[in-house]
Amino acid sequence: MIDRIKCDGRGLCAELLPELIRLDDWGYPILTSGPVPDHLLPLAQRAVDDCPVLAIALRRSVPEK
Amino acid sequence: MTRLLDQPDILAPLPRVDHGLIDAIERARLVGRGGASFPVATKWRAVEHRSHGRAVVVVNGAEGEPQSKKDRLLMTTRPHLVLDGAFIAARVLRARRVILYIGERHSAARDSMLRALAQRSELERNIVTYAAAPARYVAGAEAAVIHFLNDGVATPVNIPPYPFERGVEGAPTLVQNVETLAHVAILARTGEAPNRVLITLVGGVTRPGVFEVDSRTTITQAINQSGGLTEPARAVLVGGYFGSWMDPHEAWGMRLDPSASRLGCGVIGVLPSSRCAVCEVAAIMRYLAAESSAQCGPCFFGLRALGDACTRIAGQGSNPEVLKRMQRWSAEVRARGACKHPDGAVMFLSSALQVFGDEFASHRPHAKSEQVRLSA
Repeated sequence: MIDRIKCDGRGLCAELLPELIRLDDWGYPILTSGPVPDHLLPLAQRAVDDCPVLAIALRRSVPEK
Repeated sequence: MTRLLDQPDILAPLPRVDHGLIDAIERARLVGRGGASFPVATKWRAVEHRSHGRAVVVVNGAEGEPQSKKDRLLMTTRPHLVLDGAFIAARVLRARRVILYIGERHSAARDSMLRALAQRSELERNIVTYAAAPARYVAGAEAAVIHFLNDGVATPVNIPPYPFERGVEGAPTLVQNVETLAHVAILARTGEAPNRVLITLVGGVTRPGVFEVDSRTTITQAINQSGGLTEPARAVLVGGYFGSWMDPHEAWGMRLDPSASRLGCGVIGVLPSSRCAVCEVAAIMRYLAAESSAQCGPCFFGLRALGDACTRIAGQGSNPEVLKRMQRWSAEVRARGACKHPDGAVMFLSSALQVFGDEFASHRPHAKSEQVRLSA
């Protein structure tokens, strides 16, 4: 998930994780909906860690009732 | 039937109320009248559970929706009824504070509320403070209200935490629209389900203004009660700038029932057929873009681009490329802000593109002489 107020549109996340994140016409990330596939988790974690304004977080998905 | 408006505003002792009122509110299916139509009982329960005598009640009279006038009319003419609702909420939720949050430009409403407050008991007066709500569109949104009262900035913040979890000074907080509180007061006094609603009629109607109607009334009936249309209608905007455009034949039969329809804050705007829909939509989109609190990129840049695109079509004529971009941007902007401002704006625009599809596809620029300012 993205903290939309913190996000500055630096675009690093979309470079690190193009499989799940693309940028809109103004450089702000659009996330693919749904859970992150297991094989992309390390890349997703890197996108989170490398965001210059710490605007992304990985959220554990809540199992559906 | 107990009415909200056109009644003497009497100061009388409050009825005895307790937890049972929340059940009565639930049975009456009362929903918030600020625009979001959120079930009132759910909100009250959430605050009550966490209160432990420290909750805060915010009386929301910001009324930032430009076309809506019902909240300020209610505060001006029935201040004691609104205050009754606030103090009843404070008792049921065991709140220690009540804050009157009133739009800074609604001076008659503010004066009337403060005058009425001065007539209340000392016990009541002692827990009340007043705050002027900045005249911005988003200043009445719950999260912005809390942010303003805590930090003096009326911009939305990320949620959660919700106001009922951590609101004013960290305390569980109920933010409730003034009309909603008035309904609660009537329910507590009479036991009657408040099946009446305040609406603001604007645009191509003979007598625009605030009306109180039974919630079974249809839009046609409400318009006829207020003198009818000035000319045939092209479309109806239901719910103000956060609402949706509808074809007249779909809108006429719609009941003004807040718990069942997309009534929003109760603004019903009629677009007469002689007006240009494209220019009207462009003006409102520019307004909504300017009212972005400029915190989230997709809202700030996206709404501005959408407003510019509408304006371009309005000024230079239809353009399929621009229209296609608008469709894409509308879909992309949705759900990408901290608050619902971008969502409301693109919902408004999507309904416009649907109802006015032909106009947007075939619009030609107006000659200078026929350009008109469209807002009612």
